[in-house]
Amino acid sequence: MDELIEKLKVELIEQLNLEDMEPGEIEATAPLFGDGMGLDSIDALEIIVLLEKEYDIKISDPREGKDIMYSVASLAEFIESKRS
Amino acid sequence: MELINNVRIAGGQVHVRGEALFSLAEKDFRSFGRSLYKYLGISYAKFYKMSALSQLGFLASEILLKDHESSGLDPGEVSLVFANSSSSLHSDVIYQESLENKPSPALFVYTLPNIVIGEICIRNGFRGEGVFFIQENFDKEFIFDHAEELISSGRSTLCLAGWLEMDMEGDYLADLSLLI
Amino acid sequence: MDNHIWITGLGVASSIGINVKENLSSLISGKRGLGPVQILDTIHRDSFRVGEIPLSDQQMMEILEIPTSRYKAYTRTSLIGMIAAREALLSSGSDPGDGVPTALVSATTVGGMDKTEREFSGANVDSGFVSTHPCGDSTNKIADFLGVEGYRTTLSTACSSGANALIHAARLIKHGQVERAVVGGVDALSKFTLNGFNSLMIIDPDECRPFDRNRKGLNLGEGAGFLVLESDRLAAKDQNRRMCRLSGYANANDAHHQTASSPDGQGAYDAMMEALALAEVTPDEIDYINAHGTGTENNDASEGAALVRVFGDRLPPLSSTKSFTGHTLGAAAGIEAVFSVLAIREGILFPEPGFEEAMESPSIRPLTQVEQGVNIRHVLSNSFGFGGNNSTLIFSKT
Repeated sequence: MDELIEKLKVELIEQLNLEDMEPGEIEATAPLFGDGMGLDSIDALEIIVLLEKEYDIKISDPREGKDIMYSVASLAEFIESKRS
Repeated sequence: MELINNVRIAGGQVHVRGEALFSLAEKDFRSFGRSLYKYLGISYAKFYKMSALSQLGFLASEILLKDHESSGLDPGEVSLVFANSSSSLHSDVIYQESLENKPSPALFVYTLPNIVIGEICIRNGFRGEGVFFIQENFDKEFIFDHAEELISSGRSTLCLAGWLEMDMEGDYLADLSLLI
Repeated sequence: MDNHIWITGLGVASSIGINVKENLSSLISGKRGLGPVQILDTIHRDSFRVGEIPLSDQQMMEILEIPTSRYKAYTRTSLIGMIAAREALLSSGSDPGDGVPTALVSATTVGGMDKTEREFSGANVDSGFVSTHPCGDSTNKIADFLGVEGYRTTLSTACSSGANALIHAARLIKHGQVERAVVGGVDALSKFTLNGFNSLMIIDPDECRPFDRNRKGLNLGEGAGFLVLESDRLAAKDQNRRMCRLSGYANANDAHHQTASSPDGQGAYDAMMEALALAEVTPDEIDYINAHGTGTENNDASEGAALVRVFGDRLPPLSSTKSFTGHTLGAAAGIEAVFSVLAIREGILFPEPGFEEAMESPSIRPLTQVEQGVNIRHVLSNSFGFGGNNSTLIFSKT
């Protein structure tokens, strides 16, 4: 799980153009949206693209993504649950 | 109508009212833009997500507005009048490439030339008129006439007007003026 | 002499008709133009509903009496625009060769992309499409086809493009730079936009339902809407041609997000209030609203909020005709301007088929049945584009 979390941090930085950020700066359980890392609705859509591209998981309703994408940790948990 | 500031960004050089402000011998706009952003000491993380055209316009507007006294400014009275020849072609090509894999929403967003107007308005809270013309070459008289009309009619008290071009090869030219 | 702007000609091509008569007939009978993709060559053809004009490029060239051997010179965007612009000019009874200073102002977002994406393949590129790709190409094709020699200009501001073209043309006339303008917007369907809007997850796989509680998104469409605008002086020569006035207009930025509208619809509110002020019309004098109403969760909530702020609990009859044509992007404001003028001229309130249940809040209830024989004094038409570019137009009977 930790490995997945670290992998996701790197992927998010790349997919979302978070240029000034280092993986170490992202807290696994911190909120990604709102005041957290300040991601917006377009970023949420890009994460949906990432899930399909890298993890073969399709999300057809963007609203489904809200809970899944709360934090990097919740994203990792979701991916793990889809694998098993 | 009075021209109170002008910025020109092209070929790695930035001039403000004709005087050199910054220069970098860097062919790639992205690298140049990043360096200029840092040089200007701006802290606005959204910058990195913008298309090249939007970054160009954003940086030009930041320089243009830098010393402008904006307290007491009615945001509904600030307008933007831009033009270019390539529209959003630079971004269109990048987005088109993403279609081979998975279409990227973040790239698609920038396949319209007027998004740069949106970015500048979001940054500054401007809520006035915004228009984007497509011209073969910079028709300065046309653009300034348009700005003049907005100001003399009372619709706007401040206008950012000019040319923002980012062509398919990444060659760029920003020639923006601040008019009151 | 007043400084009024008169509408003297209309032309429209959309999925519900290739001219004004067909469009009007569809609007009255409730015949929607949304269905699976037929002409555009895309793998998504059965996944979406679109508002596609049921004619191939070749068929449109035949309508325009252009030899189909010349197909390389014309993008679908140009062809659609030429059909509508020609109808507008003919219906105004104007002759561009009569020496009256005339402008051609056109708006588009897709430009020649329809041809470029078909022909650009990396290798063995027939570079003919390079000249037809830019947004200015369709403007030039239309102007050349109509014989409008003088002033021509192209705008591109997303879904408010057509409205901004009308605003620009009105200003040109008011300042005496021209006395007449053929003005509108055009866009063709393309894989580029279909894939793009799909990636934003704002497309409804079924027919759209603007302002409905269960709306799922928009349907893309294609088409063109053109109008002939004339100065008071010119229009006074034959008052029978005067359909109505473009009495008010405004553009304002929402300053919220690149593609989403603010929750309280600030930009929309500003545009509507500014346009009403210019027209010297109060909200209660508006007899019909042609809403932007794309059917997306975000737009309809935001526009709804703005409408309530402007009109309070006295919302006039309204509908989104995108329920007929789909969202035609750069053409939308032009097509909807034509429909707004038709509403006044014919005394008809257009319905919104497909609407079933109102949103919880704000509760906006579009008309579901057409109403005829109505005295319509003033119409308000909204067009809101990405980049927070919000435009409102007001048309007045006299």
